[in-house]
Amino acid sequence: MRSAFRGRGILLVPAALGMALVVLPLLGLVVRTDWGGLITHLRAPVVWPAIRLSLITTLTTLTLAIVLGTPLAWALAQATGRLATWARAILTVPVVLPPVVGGVALLLAYGRNGIVGAPVFEAFGWRIPFTPMAVVLSQLFVSLPFYVLAVEGAMRSIDRRYDRIAATLGASPLRVFTRIALPLAAPGIAAGAALAWARALGEFGATITFAGNFKGRTQTAPLAVYIALQSDPQAAIALSIAMLAVSIAVLGLLRGRWMS
Amino acid sequence: MSARRNMGSFGSRTATRLGAGLILAVVLAACGSDSSGTSGSSDTTDADAAASEQTTVTVLAAASLTEAFTSLAEDYEAEHDGVTIALSFGSSTTLAQQIAEGAEADIYASAGRGALDHLPENYAADGGEELIAHNVLEIAVPPGNPAGITALTDFARADIDTVLCTETVPCGRAADEAFTKAGITPTPASREIDVKATLAKVALEEADAAIVYKSDVVTAGEIEGVEIPDAENVVMDYPLVWFNTDPHTTGFAEFVAGEQGRQALTDAGFTLP
Amino acid sequence: MTLDAHIVARRGSFETDLTLAAEAGSVVALLGPNGSGKTTALDAIAGLLPLHAGHVRVGGRTWADDSTGLPAQERSTGLVAAQHLLFPHLSALENVAFGPRSRGMRRAPARERAQQELDALGIGDLAERRPAGLSQGQSQRTALARALATDPDVLLLDEPLSALDPTTRAEVRAVLAHRLAEFDGVTVLVTHDPLDALTLSDHLVFIAEGRVVQSGSPADVIARPRDAYVAHVVGLNLYPGDPLDHSSVSTVLGQVVTSGVDHEGPTWITFAPSAVSLYPELPLGSPRNAFHTTVTAIEVLGQLARVRLATDDGQPVVAEVTTTSVANLRLQTGSRIWATVKATEVSAYPA
Repeated sequence: MRSAFRGRGILLVPAALGMALVVLPLLGLVVRTDWGGLITHLRAPVVWPAIRLSLITTLTTLTLAIVLGTPLAWALAQATGRLATWARAILTVPVVLPPVVGGVALLLAYGRNGIVGAPVFEAFGWRIPFTPMAVVLSQLFVSLPFYVLAVEGAMRSIDRRYDRIAATLGASPLRVFTRIALPLAAPGIAAGAALAWARALGEFGATITFAGNFKGRTQTAPLAVYIALQSDPQAAIALSIAMLAVSIAVLGLLRGRWMS
Repeated sequence: MSARRNMGSFGSRTATRLGAGLILAVVLAACGSDSSGTSGSSDTTDADAAASEQTTVTVLAAASLTEAFTSLAEDYEAEHDGVTIALSFGSSTTLAQQIAEGAEADIYASAGRGALDHLPENYAADGGEELIAHNVLEIAVPPGNPAGITALTDFARADIDTVLCTETVPCGRAADEAFTKAGITPTPASREIDVKATLAKVALEEADAAIVYKSDVVTAGEIEGVEIPDAENVVMDYPLVWFNTDPHTTGFAEFVAGEQGRQALTDAGFTLP
Repeated sequence: MTLDAHIVARRGSFETDLTLAAEAGSVVALLGPNGSGKTTALDAIAGLLPLHAGHVRVGGRTWADDSTGLPAQERSTGLVAAQHLLFPHLSALENVAFGPRSRGMRRAPARERAQQELDALGIGDLAERRPAGLSQGQSQRTALARALATDPDVLLLDEPLSALDPTTRAEVRAVLAHRLAEFDGVTVLVTHDPLDALTLSDHLVFIAEGRVVQSGSPADVIARPRDAYVAHVVGLNLYPGDPLDHSSVSTVLGQVVTSGVDHEGPTWITFAPSAVSLYPELPLGSPRNAFHTTVTAIEVLGQLARVRLATDDGQPVVAEVTTTSVANLRLQTGSRIWATVKATEVSAYPA
C-alpha cells in the first residue's frame, strides 16, 4: 500500500509537469487578456469579418465533410481489398503532413497552373486561389481525413452481421446505410464532426499558403490573430479568447452528449 | 533580462498550485542560462572577449536582409576566430516585439523605422544606431511578364490577379503609401502575411504582379522587376541598432556599415544612404 | 412453396456441394460437425454467398443458377442466427417491422403486422422495449418474429437455440415448434443438437466436409446410421465391415457376431451403448463379442454414466453403465477393462 502510494507520487511529478505544459499557455492567454476592454477589442475591424468568414467556411467544410465523408467512410469500412488499404493510407497523409505543405500541394492542384486549376481557369475563367472556396478546400484537405477515419472506425466496429440480417429482410444497400449504419455510427459521426470542425477552425498553414489573406474573403480567425498580433495585440488576444471559448463550448457539448 | 524575470515569476506561481514548480523552475532556469550564454559577450570584459574564447553575437534582422547578412556573417566569422554570428530573420515588427519581450539580441536591423517603436524605450542607450541602406519599391512579375504590367495603374485592372503584403508589415504599408501617391485604388486578390509569401505567389504564377522591395526582386532569382518612378515610390530606411558595446557587437556593426557591408547590400539590390 | 437447391459454393479452398429439397410447410434439419458447410448452405440460399455452380429454386422461381443470382434483399427469406442480432437502436416492434417496411409496406400496417407476430410468439407486451431491455429468450423470440414478419418463402434458422441456457432453450424450442407448425413456407434448420433436429424437423440431412452423408426421416436415420458422425449424434456405436457368414462380420473391432446377416457386400454393424457391459476380467462363459479396452473418458449423467473406451487398435466404443458400476469397478481414465456385447444386441445392414 505504502509503496504503491510512493510509486504514484513519483509518477505525479512528470504527470503534473505534462499538465502544466498544456495549462500554462492557456493561463497566459487568460491572464494577459484585458478583460475590461474585451468588448472594445472584439469590435476592432479585424475581428468580426474574420469570425464571420471562419464560421461560414468551417460550417461549409463540415457540411461537405459529412456529405462526402460519410459515404466514403462507409465504403472504406466495408471494403477489404488492397485498394481500401491504400485509400486509407493516402487519407492519413494530410493528418501527418505539415499544413503548409498541404497548402503548396493545393496550390499545385487547384492553382492557376495546377493540374485541376489550369483546365478550370481556361474553360470557365474561374480562379480558385484567393477565394473563400480556396479556404474551404484548405480546410477540407486537412479535416476531411479526420472525419473519415473517425467515422470509418465507428462503422467498422458495427457487427457486419447486422448488414446481412437487414439484407435478408429486404433492405437495399442504401436502406442498410441510412437505417442501420448511420444510427449505429452516430456517436462516431458526432465525434468525427467535432474533431473535423475544430481542425477546420484552427486551419492556418494550408489556408495562408493556398487561399491567401484578404479581410472578409480569405482571412479566417487564425490568420487574423496572426496579422493582428503585429498591429493590435489586444485585438489578437481578444480574438484568441473568443476562439478558446468556442473550443471549450464544443468540448462541453461533446462531453455532455456523446462522451459521457 | 526581462525574459528570465518573467519566467521566474511564472515558476514560483505554479509551484504552490501544481507542485511541479520546482522542476519547472529548474528546467526554465536551465533554458535561461543557456540563452544568456548566447549573448554572454555583453557581460564579459573587453579583455576576455578579445581572447580566442567562444563568443556569439546574436543578430535579429529583417527578412529582406537574409542574403546580405548571411554572407556578411560568414565573412566576419572567417576573419574572427571563435566568433559566431547567430542570425535570426523575420518580420521587423515581430522581431522588435520579441526583443521587447526579452529575446536575446545584440544587434537588430529593421526594415523601416516604424518597427523601432516596438523596441523598449531608450533602446540605443547602451549601444548605438546607424542608417545602413535604403530600399525602394518595385513591381514583381513572373518571368516574361505575361500580363504585360508596366505601372502601378495595372493594379486596378480587374482581369489580373495581384497580391500585396498585408497592411501590418512594412512592404504592405509602403505599397499603400505608393498607391496613395499615385492616386490609385488597387484591387488585390490577397494581402499576404509577408514579403516571401507575396513573392511566392508571383513565382508560382498564381499572381500576375506584386509590390515588393527591389532587394526582394533581386534576390528572388527568376522573378522580374518593373521599376516604379521616384514620384510614386516610397523609400524605406534600414536602421541598424546595437544594444551594447561589446567589441564583437560593435565589430560586426561596423563591418556591416563598412566597405564590405556596402558592397553586399548593393549586390542585394539596396541603395546606399 | 418448395425448395429445390443444388449448392456448390467455395470458401477458400473448402468446397460445399449439397442437394437439398423440401416441400412447403416442411422442416429440414441440417446436421454436421463444425466446418462441415451448414452455414455455407444457408448463406447460399439467403443470397449472402454467391453460388459457384448449381441452383436455388423456390416455388418455381429461380433465385440463383448459372445465369441468375438475386441479391439477398430480393429473395424471400428470414434468417435467425444463434445470436439474436436485433438492431440495438430500434425497439422490438421496430425491429420486427423493419422487414415489412423494407419490402415496401407502409408504416402503420407494418407495425400492425409486427405486433401480430410478436403476439403469436407470446411477447406482444414487450413491443416497445429496446433489445438491451430484453432477456435472452425474449430477444431470440423477437429475432424469430422479425424473420417471420415478412412471410418468407424460406425460413433459415442457424443454430437458433444454441446460445440459450437449457431452461430458456426448452421454452423457446416449444414456442418455435408451435409457430413452425403454422408456417407454410420451407424451414431449413441448422443445428448440432439432436434434440432440436428430432423434435422440430421432418427430414434430417447429415453433412460432413461439404457433402451429404445421409438423409432421411428421423426414425430412419436413428435406426440405421451410415456415418460415424450420424451414429455419434444418435448415440450408437457404428462400424463398417464385411460379412463372413450368416451371423459374423469382419470389422475394425475384429470378428463380430451379430443377430444375423441377410445380405452380401459391405455392411454396417451397430449396437447401443447400453448394450455394452464392462468387466475387470474376461468373464467365464463370456458373450461371443469381447474387447480389451482402455477408458479414455467418463461422463456422469445422473444415474447413468457414459464411458468412452478405446480398443487396443484405437477404435472408439461407447458404453453406458450405471454410476454404481463405475464406482464398483473403480473406473477412471486409463483403466484397463473388458467390454462385451451380446450378439443379439448387434444389428447389421448393408452399407
